[in-house]
Amino acid sequence: MSSIAQKKGFGAAMWDYLTTVDHKKIAHLYLASGGIFFLIGGIEAMLIRIQLMKAGNDFLSAGTYNEVLTMHGTTMIFLAAMPILLAFMNAIMPLQIGARDVAFPFLNSLGFWLFFFGGVFLNLSWFLGGAPDAGWTNYASLAIASEGHGIDFYALGLTISGFGTLISGINFLVTIINMRAPGMTYMRMPLFTWTTFVASALILLAFPPLTVGVFFMVFDRMFGANFFDVTMGGNTIIWEHLFWIFGHPEVYILILPAFGIFSEIFAIFSRKRLFGYTALVFATILIGFYGFMVWAHHMFTVGLGPTANAVFALATMIIAVPTGVKIFNWLLTIWGGSISFTTPMMYAIGFIPSFVAGGVTGVMQAIAPLDYQLHDSYFIVAHFHYVIVGGVVLAILAATHLYWPKMFGTMLSEKLGKWTFWLFFIGFHLTFFIQHFLGLMGMPRRVYTFGADQGWDLFNAISSVGAVFMAAGVIILLVNVVMTSIKNERVGNDPWGDGRTLEWAIASPPPFYNFAQTPLVRGLDTFWIEKMEGNKEGMVYAEPLEEIHMPNGSFVPVVMSFGLFVASFGALYNMDGDKGWTIPVIIIGLAITFGSMLFRSLKDDLGFHISKEELMRDVKGGKSDGLK
Amino acid sequence: MAHETHTHVRSQTEYEYIRRQRSKEMRGQLTSFAIMIFLTLIAFTAVAADFSPYLITPIILLLAAVQVVLQLYGFMHMSNKGHGMVAFFMFSGMFVAFITILALVTIVWW
Repeated sequence: MSSIAQKKGFGAAMWDYLTTVDHKKIAHLYLASGGIFFLIGGIEAMLIRIQLMKAGNDFLSAGTYNEVLTMHGTTMIFLAAMPILLAFMNAIMPLQIGARDVAFPFLNSLGFWLFFFGGVFLNLSWFLGGAPDAGWTNYASLAIASEGHGIDFYALGLTISGFGTLISGINFLVTIINMRAPGMTYMRMPLFTWTTFVASALILLAFPPLTVGVFFMVFDRMFGANFFDVTMGGNTIIWEHLFWIFGHPEVYILILPAFGIFSEIFAIFSRKRLFGYTALVFATILIGFYGFMVWAHHMFTVGLGPTANAVFALATMIIAVPTGVKIFNWLLTIWGGSISFTTPMMYAIGFIPSFVAGGVTGVMQAIAPLDYQLHDSYFIVAHFHYVIVGGVVLAILAATHLYWPKMFGTMLSEKLGKWTFWLFFIGFHLTFFIQHFLGLMGMPRRVYTFGADQGWDLFNAISSVGAVFMAAGVIILLVNVVMTSIKNERVGNDPWGDGRTLEWAIASPPPFYNFAQTPLVRGLDTFWIEKMEGNKEGMVYAEPLEEIHMPNGSFVPVVMSFGLFVASFGALYNMDGDKGWTIPVIIIGLAITFGSMLFRSLKDDLGFHISKEELMRDVKGGKSDGLK
Repeated sequence: MAHETHTHVRSQTEYEYIRRQRSKEMRGQLTSFAIMIFLTLIAFTAVAADFSPYLITPIILLLAAVQVVLQLYGFMHMSNKGHGMVAFFMFSGMFVAFITILALVTIVWW
């Protein structure tokens, strides 16, 4: 293997991506597949808005509407937002801490392919007899009564992709604990790395409850267990608890990396050190910690009793404190800075009021008595779209513009980027702001239509118009991506000119071995320190130029994940009870998975070395761009 | 780099120091092993002696907790250097599990 630039055919490039264990290429895979799922989820959102455009619409039937709504939520959370964030974590975090790669490159690839096959499995439900239709929360009372295989697609698909996410989380934790460059103490880590760290810890602790819940669900449906069946002594509320014990940390798994991305943006484009770095770090940890103690605020109306409701209401309100700390720190970072209004910065500025609006309605819902009024109304829909779209999606779009040069070596057009921002931002507020009032007027969520005499026509129409704006923004982003790729104007290490952290000290995109020599970190904002001291190279080195040991690529993760994908089909149709071929399919699928695990365990793969001469050649020829 | 092997010849003092450390560790392991056997004996005796379940249950739970700590620190080297992160994550995990079970017991099954 060599880093000498070669023109590769499509097949070779494809094989390269199928077998890659390089964190930067896995980031591309996450971004591409997460992006496709984002588009699918977006189309589902458009269908919802078309259906609700006018009173008594019959664009979608009630049953189809339930499926579209369920798949919109599930896809957006599990298959779009999380993977796209994982893409940025993969692409940027190892560079920020000056690591060669993540701690377990093979597992990184396995995590992606598990997510990918889980997501494909879930979406195949559209073509195989109907998608899940019990909401993204899949409450057991509804789910058990659901006919067809929709719920089974949900349970099995999320099990597979959940394994993938858990693997990635553990991988990032080990990477950040063990692979920081010399001098990179915890309190010198960039905020995006910090939020990746805390989000990974949340993944580690929050996914097991989901796995348990989904296992119970699978057992109930596959083997006739009665965990959730009240008539047989089960308890349907347990699902809600298990789901939200996972589900609440899950929304912090989404928002914390978003906070990290915005923290980077504020510092870069205000040309200032982050205000209150320490406070931001501790607020992040605190939010992660509180995330596990508030789940029952999703269940105030279940009837937990006044004591439980009061405890969880108070715990919930406390979360506003560390979040407020963060907001003020960001404001003070901008204050007095030399601000440049680039596209990422505009997203970041737009994020603050949007997210605060979502946070305020969150505190409103934390008041348990008021929540009885707001529960299951469009007010809730407005709230969580304000925090997820106004927080996470704006962060994803901002990071796409910010890190595009680092990931692909070209700059997205600023002009089109600003068009995307304005269309998306205006569309977002147009769609969701008015839904607060629809909620207060009594419109229930998850109902497929409404009557003309209920007075919700105008507001719903406005909301649908907003959705068109958002769609237009996303389409312009796609055009932007295509145009930028065709133009292919390569950029240097620090295309924004004000990069502060280590990832901007390396070529865009970085060579496949990352830093030829591990950098020495002399403080927070490493690259900025070196720049300010007039260091032309942008970094000081912690070691002489030496041979680099790299892992070999491997096709095994694809095969391993594919085995589970096959076995899931067997398990799914086995529930019908009249299909003899299902058991062999389960056995074949598991044999593929365990066989490839055995293969992986028995075959020694010691990787390869990049010789010093080769590295020297790269450095001299300025060919540290490994992706051409 | 990682693939280059360095050979390091230990000096006499170093050798004796490591030897002393190891025997100290061994002593610690044997002691905790003896304590654990003893605790198990107490647990079995309590059951065999037919005490009231209200006495036996808390005693056994308490002994189990002590055993876990001994296991982690005596045998699994959590007292050694460099295990801070491991300890932090294990205890956070236990904390989350505890909160979860406490909540489920109090508000679902009570």
